[in-house]
Amino acid sequence: MTTLGRRLRARLRLMRHSPPLRMPSTLRALGILGMNERNGDYIGIYNDRRHYPLVDDKLKTKELALAAGIATPELYGVVEIEHQVRELDRILDGRREFVIKPAQGSGGNGIMVIADRRGVNFLRASGASVTRSELEHFISNALSGMYSLGGLPDKAIIEYRVKPHAVFDAVSYQGVPDIRTIVFRGVPVASMVRLPTRQSDGKANLHQGAIGAGIDLASGRTVDGVWFNNVLDAHPDSGNRVRGIQVPDWDELLTLAARSYDLTRLGYLGVDVVLDRDHGPLVLEYNARPGLNIQLANQMGLLSRLKQIRALAQVPDDAAARVALGQQLFGG
Amino acid sequence: MKNLHVKLLALALVACGLGLCYYKVHRLGVPLAPDSQAQVWTVEATLRFDGTGRAAKIGLDIPNEPPGFSILDENFISSGFGLSTEADGANRSAQWAARNLSGEQTLYYRLVLTEDPEAHRERTTPVPRYPEVPQYTDPERAAVFALLDNVRSRSADTPSFTQELLRRFNDPTPDTEVEVLRNESADETAQVRQLQYVLAGARIPTRIAHVLRLSESMRHGTLEPWLEVYNGERWLAFNPRNGHAGFPDDALVWHVGDAPLTRLEGANDARVEFSATRSSRDVMGLAQQRARLIDSDVLEYSLLALPIATQNVYKVLLTVPLGALVVVILRNFIGLRTFGTFMPVLIALAFRETELIWGSILFTIIVTLGLLVRFYLERLKLLLVPRLASMLTIVILIMAGVSVLAHRLGMEHGLSIALFPMVILAMTIERMSIMWDESGPRDAIMSGLGSLAVAAVGFVVMTHPLAEYLTFVFPELLLVVLALTLLAGRYTGYRLSELWRFRASAKAIARQR
Repeated sequence: MTTLGRRLRARLRLMRHSPPLRMPSTLRALGILGMNERNGDYIGIYNDRRHYPLVDDKLKTKELALAAGIATPELYGVVEIEHQVRELDRILDGRREFVIKPAQGSGGNGIMVIADRRGVNFLRASGASVTRSELEHFISNALSGMYSLGGLPDKAIIEYRVKPHAVFDAVSYQGVPDIRTIVFRGVPVASMVRLPTRQSDGKANLHQGAIGAGIDLASGRTVDGVWFNNVLDAHPDSGNRVRGIQVPDWDELLTLAARSYDLTRLGYLGVDVVLDRDHGPLVLEYNARPGLNIQLANQMGLLSRLKQIRALAQVPDDAAARVALGQQLFGG
Repeated sequence: MKNLHVKLLALALVACGLGLCYYKVHRLGVPLAPDSQAQVWTVEATLRFDGTGRAAKIGLDIPNEPPGFSILDENFISSGFGLSTEADGANRSAQWAARNLSGEQTLYYRLVLTEDPEAHRERTTPVPRYPEVPQYTDPERAAVFALLDNVRSRSADTPSFTQELLRRFNDPTPDTEVEVLRNESADETAQVRQLQYVLAGARIPTRIAHVLRLSESMRHGTLEPWLEVYNGERWLAFNPRNGHAGFPDDALVWHVGDAPLTRLEGANDARVEFSATRSSRDVMGLAQQRARLIDSDVLEYSLLALPIATQNVYKVLLTVPLGALVVVILRNFIGLRTFGTFMPVLIALAFRETELIWGSILFTIIVTLGLLVRFYLERLKLLLVPRLASMLTIVILIMAGVSVLAHRLGMEHGLSIALFPMVILAMTIERMSIMWDESGPRDAIMSGLGSLAVAAVGFVVMTHPLAEYLTFVFPELLLVVLALTLLAGRYTGYRLSELWRFRASAKAIARQR
């Protein structure tokens, strides 16, 4: 009830400071990209439907990335049919930490993070206990397509649980912060880091209360964060400053994102990267329909950047050159 | 130009749709709106008589090309009787026949009419003989000829002659001649006969038209006599009580002449009662009737030529594209979220039977109860398909339960719950519970309300009488709807919800500049 009250107060505060609606001309002048324009003029034109299965199926993404030498979380095993649920022990091989996710899940749905075991039971990252049969039921659901695009039968992936890099420890609550980069025609155009909060229940989903903080493409330093449409500089749980955090291995991370274009051939691509304490930047997943929240997190509209790239007759073939181009055009 | 292809295609579709529509309206006279002027009347004649135990033949005069009306339908309710109809000059009659009738018998004749000012206005048949001058008694003769001379001097032709005579006859302070001829104690028919008797002195052919004055919810109507005179070309009607020319709009000519309304053989004591009700709901029947009158190939190949049951299906189906357009507008221009793309359209179709308020209440009841059960099922850890099947069963049980309960409580609206699309409801509950778990109750409830809102707007649009009429009579207008949908498919502007969503960032960016 208190969180609800806090959210309500935040909303009310916001209402006082800004009118509830903006004129379309205002948004246009600020270069905000809307859903219809994203779908019609970018995804519809630059993303060939043939290439969707590569990003919609995380298993295929992983194989492709592996072949191209792009780092992803290590695959422990795949459960493809109901019967294999019984072979879970062989796949888990006594591991205490792992993540189960549907191969064709969307929007971060249907992901179970196991942090430890306690006797025959498992412990979720949130601390909740999960029995063996509950775990099996979860996998069965994933196989039946409950969490998947279109509800078609799916596979369950069991993979390495990312140990988040310490850099965001001060500004995230449980969960794993991930860095979303929009890559247009292979050129990184905007980045943000999504920081889980108590409100978001450890999920890195802005809509559910995670903080989105824009990242300056040139320096890899975070700018102000946005929480429920509010600009804020301190994390609501820890009180630590969100602004000015330097993302390590920034150029490497951007190059990883830029190379993903060569891999997926999707012109308008969202690349989600996590920073692992031991393995560095790992590509978590690709998104052929990345959301518009990145504009809120960066407090800037995507449209002018996209138009600049659109106007280019040719983009460089080399991923590093495209990163340099993006940093030069949009950094600072 | 941006999206030239789509725009040209849309233009072509609009041109086709509106062109065909224009042709139908202006060349064939198909009305553009459900015509509220033309009323549909259902008139019923109830004929009661007593059987005598012998074979009986019963004749009843029925309307024949009544002026000012077109007959849409007529039927005879008379089980156990042989039936034939025959036309005889200006009249038409129904002949019932049966053997061994005894006791009181009832026959019904039902007629569905629409007011049509153009119909059968020219009454030319039958051409009458000119009557002989009657053998008047002496005092009558003097009065009649004095009156006729007087009237003739003040009139130019048969109509004005008749009107002048009627004026004098109905004058509250009549001349002495009229006083001799007028018989105020006689019934109306006898008075009109007296007029005919006088007019025969001028050798003007006359007849009595028996009309039924139609009124809303008439229960025990009777026929009134009207005077018709022949002017050498056609029959002209006059109100014998005030001399007004023509039949009033509400007067249905039932039969003409001096013959009685009913003719009985082997039966006694016929009593005829008339009742009428007015309605304007049967607009489609009107259009169909008009289509037949117009006799055009375009309408021969139209939906109006289909059997009524099939027509009724298409009446509903043809409004579905409007519902789909509503979904497009509310999702892509407003930015409402719904469960499933066209689920709200199916819910809106169910609302046709339940009405909006009850439909919304029933929808909310089913989804709420379904969600509660679904939360319980979650604990049983069922596989997806069996779980969906269980939910379907449970949704049907909830629907049946609500119907029974509503019936017990006397709320008949609750019964129409049976028309909800249960598979869609089961899927909606499933999706809603998943969204509840993953994105929180707020998102789930918002999407649920969004679906309901879209369904409500869809219902209002799809059941608007004008929309129903236009899509059915002018299905080519759906090409226009298609064109709008295609254009919406290339709309890349902001959604209304985005003007709200990006309000804060707009402020911040503006500040940065």
